[in-house]
Amino acid sequence: MVSSVASSATGVDLHAARISVFRRQDRFFHGLTQFFALTVLLALVGILISLGIEAAPALQAFGAPFLWSNVWNVPESQFGALISVYGTLMTSTIALLIAVPVSFGIALFLTETCPLWLRRPLGTAVELLAGIPSIVYGIWGLFVFAPLFAEYVQPSLQAAFGDIPVLGGLFAGTPMGIGILTAGLVLSLMVIPFVASVMRDVFETVPPVLKESAYGVGCTQWEVVTRIVLPYTRVGVVGGIMLGLGRALGETMAVTFVIGNANRIAGSLFAPGNSIASSLANEFGEAEPGLHLASLFALGLVLFVITFIVLAASNWLIARGRAKAGL
Amino acid sequence: MASSLYTRRIWINRLGIVMSMFAMAFGLASLAWILWTLLSNGLAALSVDFFTQDTPAPGSAGGGLANAIVGSLMMLGVTTLVSTPIGILAGIFLAEYGDRSRFAQVTRFLTDVMLSAPSIVIGLFVYAIAVATMGGFSGWAGSAALSLIAIPVVVRTTENMLKLVPTALREAAFSLGAPRWKVSLAITLRAVKAGVVTGVLLAIARVTGETAPLLFTALSNQFMSVDMSEPMGNLPVVIYQFAMSPYEDWQQLAWGGALLIAMMVLAINIGTRLLFSRSDLKN
Repeated sequence: MVSSVASSATGVDLHAARISVFRRQDRFFHGLTQFFALTVLLALVGILISLGIEAAPALQAFGAPFLWSNVWNVPESQFGALISVYGTLMTSTIALLIAVPVSFGIALFLTETCPLWLRRPLGTAVELLAGIPSIVYGIWGLFVFAPLFAEYVQPSLQAAFGDIPVLGGLFAGTPMGIGILTAGLVLSLMVIPFVASVMRDVFETVPPVLKESAYGVGCTQWEVVTRIVLPYTRVGVVGGIMLGLGRALGETMAVTFVIGNANRIAGSLFAPGNSIASSLANEFGEAEPGLHLASLFALGLVLFVITFIVLAASNWLIARGRAKAGL
Repeated sequence: MASSLYTRRIWINRLGIVMSMFAMAFGLASLAWILWTLLSNGLAALSVDFFTQDTPAPGSAGGGLANAIVGSLMMLGVTTLVSTPIGILAGIFLAEYGDRSRFAQVTRFLTDVMLSAPSIVIGLFVYAIAVATMGGFSGWAGSAALSLIAIPVVVRTTENMLKLVPTALREAAFSLGAPRWKVSLAITLRAVKAGVVTGVLLAIARVTGETAPLLFTALSNQFMSVDMSEPMGNLPVVIYQFAMSPYEDWQQLAWGGALLIAMMVLAINIGTRLLFSRSDLKN
């Protein structure tokens, strides 16, 4: 009797002791997981701060005009971001002009017209295209696409538009195959799968009842897509386009191979240029410490800030587009 | 009058459908074209020497990519070892502890942004904090850059997977008196083991072809080196350097390397899809 009472008392103590051990372990585990969740935040803040520190000499030397100065002169240590920013924006614009309608077509096909048994394999194929490393696009663009482009497409573009005053200027110059336009085209192939995947996902969130009612009153497939699906998924579609833009702005390899790497702004799309990412890839390894290196860091900072804003907007829009599906 | 309206609508519809088919065909054709040139140019480069010889000196014939393959595998190995525990633990936090807290929401959002952040900027960052301060380019620095790219992928897949676990499973474990950490590690994480492995594999696939972050961190090494604290040869940078070179042998090797990388990435992507259907991976 006595011993059993004693043992149950120690049992309670043991139990309490164990619970407090559990509690300590839990607190430790919570802290541990939280710490690692913090690493992503720390990395992001760290990137901003370290790029800021490294870029400081250039920003002090050139001030705000660094952003719109079109000089990039290594021997004279005069640097400005405009040439690279122009290249980045031009290639991304060209890429989106092509990628957006094509992605829309692919998403439309995959969600509306495609036979059911083909949807899965074709959707997978598009996603595989997104998985191909960008350096493969680059090497393909340089050795396969650019020569064909110079031989067949560029001369006919010049023949067609060369005599028109403003348009002709865009296609002036020697057709070399590499240049801003080629970089934009290769880039468009790269971003199509990203944009198409998001568009398809948000198209699938449209309630079937909505589409069926439209078909019920006699709408054609095209009318259902443009007047029901597209308005309903507008926010998510814009988010997908922004995702493509974010990808295009920061892409390095696919662009570096084919943009031509020339530090000047030419009016022609056939002319070689430089994007922020390609300038970094080309010059960073050989840059002397000092203003040149600091200016490259400043370019990196500009790129990071721009892409961060674009991608943040994209994520916000896509999340809003998906949340609508839950309603 | 009415019939002309109908005809017009029908024709617009047909035009739209045909255009969408063209878009699909365009996407598939470009995939096929890229893979075809990759195969036809790359297969010619593959030989026993390709896997056993080091990268050749400028202009000299022969040689392979053995040092680059070894370097890439070592850096990928370290990246996997670093990013897997960090990513999984952070994913557990977001799914099990954070849920709707402000901190978790911000982390989730920034992780999504980091998923698509320009990788070259990550290279700059690692250069600034590691290479410039700790004396030179190294395999460690390369792995650090790759890990920063891989971690967000692991975090998000782990979290998405854990959210699929029914709450009843957690409650059943709690009711038996299991502490929270034990429920997280031994019950919920185990329940979605295959999904988490998928996330890790996808992260590896993501960083396998990354070139930009390695340019200023691991740099490259012409010779076989297994010393992670020295500059290290790796496939993407060698492909970049050799493809841009004027030597045909080098360009040939670059094609071979590109084929190797693309095949590895495609194999992982297809493999994980066979393991898991798409709907399981999302949500």
